[in-house]
Amino acid sequence: MFGLNKKDTSLLLVVAALTLFAPFILNPFPTDSGLAQFNAGYPDLMQRFVIFGIFAVGFNILFGLTGYLSFGHAAFLGVGSYSAVWMFKLLSMNVIPAIILSVIVAGLFALLIGFVSLRRSGIYFSILTLAFAQMSFNLAYSVLTPITNGETGLQLTLDDPRILGVSATADGSIPVTSLFGLEMRSTYEMAVGGWNFQFSAGYYLCAIIMLVSFYIAVRIFRSPFGLMLRAVKCNQNRMRYTGLNTRPYTLAAFVISGMYAGLAGGLMASMDPLAGAERMQWTASGEVVLMTILGGAGTLIGPVLGAGFIKYFENIFSKINDNVLHQWFSWLPDGIEDFVVFIIHPFIGKGWHLTLGILFMLVVIYLPGGLVEGGQRISRLFKKNKSSDDGAAAKTTPAE
Amino acid sequence: MGILEVKGVGKRFGGLQALGDVNLSVQENTVHAIIGPNGAGKSTLLNCLVGKLIPDTGSVMFDGQSVLGRSPHEINQMGISRVFQTPEIFADLTVLENVMIPCFARRDGSFRMHAFGSVVNESDMLQKAETMLDDVNMLSKAHLHAGSLSRGDKRRLEMAMCLVQEPRLLLLDEPTAGMARADTNNTIDLLKEIKTKRDITMCIIEHDMHVVFSLADRITVLAQGTPLVEDTPQNIKGHPKVREAYLGEAQV
Repeated sequence: MFGLNKKDTSLLLVVAALTLFAPFILNPFPTDSGLAQFNAGYPDLMQRFVIFGIFAVGFNILFGLTGYLSFGHAAFLGVGSYSAVWMFKLLSMNVIPAIILSVIVAGLFALLIGFVSLRRSGIYFSILTLAFAQMSFNLAYSVLTPITNGETGLQLTLDDPRILGVSATADGSIPVTSLFGLEMRSTYEMAVGGWNFQFSAGYYLCAIIMLVSFYIAVRIFRSPFGLMLRAVKCNQNRMRYTGLNTRPYTLAAFVISGMYAGLAGGLMASMDPLAGAERMQWTASGEVVLMTILGGAGTLIGPVLGAGFIKYFENIFSKINDNVLHQWFSWLPDGIEDFVVFIIHPFIGKGWHLTLGILFMLVVIYLPGGLVEGGQRISRLFKKNKSSDDGAAAKTTPAE
Repeated sequence: MGILEVKGVGKRFGGLQALGDVNLSVQENTVHAIIGPNGAGKSTLLNCLVGKLIPDTGSVMFDGQSVLGRSPHEINQMGISRVFQTPEIFADLTVLENVMIPCFARRDGSFRMHAFGSVVNESDMLQKAETMLDDVNMLSKAHLHAGSLSRGDKRRLEMAMCLVQEPRLLLLDEPTAGMARADTNNTIDLLKEIKTKRDITMCIIEHDMHVVFSLADRITVLAQGTPLVEDTPQNIKGHPKVREAYLGEAQV
């Protein structure tokens, strides 16, 4: 189906099911239960899941296929966000032109940075991209204030000269982003028993765009172009003496992944029309590297999993505080309760980075292929048990 | 007029004159061996032919066109493939993919973005690669990871990767270096087979006399960056100058 083989089609269908039913899947606990704080099924967070999913999938086209580790991908995300907000300010509150412009501008920007950075490989390439991103960040923060509005960030105002549409609504507020009249923030709530499921227009737009980008990424992975990129990653020297000019291939991969980042930035601005320079900072670039490696670089589903994992931690783990812990461990004797809370305290709330860091280290050391490798090992374990039950010889296929 | 004409090529690295004044003519459909003691400039000469180095003086013509100043991938597209001293393959990919890549590179080398095609639907390329693997008796290993092959099989695979491009000139840089006797003999057999089955010109740089004398039609002896003598294997064996410069230290 869709020009994919059976395995890829089922992967795509699984991703489609997960994203489209996310409001249910991420909302497993009734609203008034003690575990409700682990629910992630609210629009704001779900949007972040899929947007960072797009960002990581795009990053993986560069890093997973060619092995070039860019440490400046957030610059393209930031550029995309600024472009989208400018489109809202000047043209219309419709998200489509904003998203298209953000992809184009990010692509052009990636072409420029890629052209220079790809002259070097390995650590020098990473440093060059990092330098470019930090340069963009600092420019956005200072010199380019007329375009980026400096440290305040670019926002919509009441006197934006919008060509299509009004500067302010009838009741004197700033208009909201929409898709041909369908407001991005509009949310349909469905209460079933103790549960409260939220279906947001913005989330579904992001989810559908994510599915399309994921599909495109699968096609690229399976194409001759993708094979050339993997060959470049594997042995650039052999590739050169095999008659392939590696530069345009790596540059194309760089631009495509920059466009993915721009798309993510445009979507971010479409959901919440503001853009700040901090989106381009090196920590933001590092985050997408973490997502991709945590999920499994070079695999299709890995970056999406990694993005979801990190965003879940960032938003859910950081909400747990000492009071919650005391509630959980109230069944313990007082002294021990305090001690347990004292031990766990650094790992939760503001300390979620610590937990994430430890998990990241464990994954990198014990599962170099990321979460995907973990999944593969588990499924292989099951297969082995099953086949030995049947008395047949266990046969494992090598992981791709 | 040979397919490869090297005229007056010189290359200097700082104070070292690696190549003096090398003249070489490789005739079409022959196996031309270049031998010489360590430091004779064999590898430097080869690097000048494939575009890795640009000689200071002289000219290198392949089929009437100069290769100087062209990048390695362009020279490959002109029809020169090279085999490395240690097999350079795509270790993380399967054997079949390894052989398909040169086919794609020949077609799309300069840049054609087939981002929406599918590798498995490219039946021409697939068939070409499979025929090639069959030719070198590796079809049964097509779906193994190339990195898991034995040294001899890696060499065989690299040869297949070069041959599938149907090059007009195949350059081999010490193809049996570091191999056990049995592997060396296998490689010689493979090269002999290639030589009889295909119209191909080969230029071999080699240390191992056994290999050279069982394959070459012409031999050029290089010493201290200049060709000492060029002749048939029979004549080279008995040549006093060659004995003195090189064979004196090896057993023939």
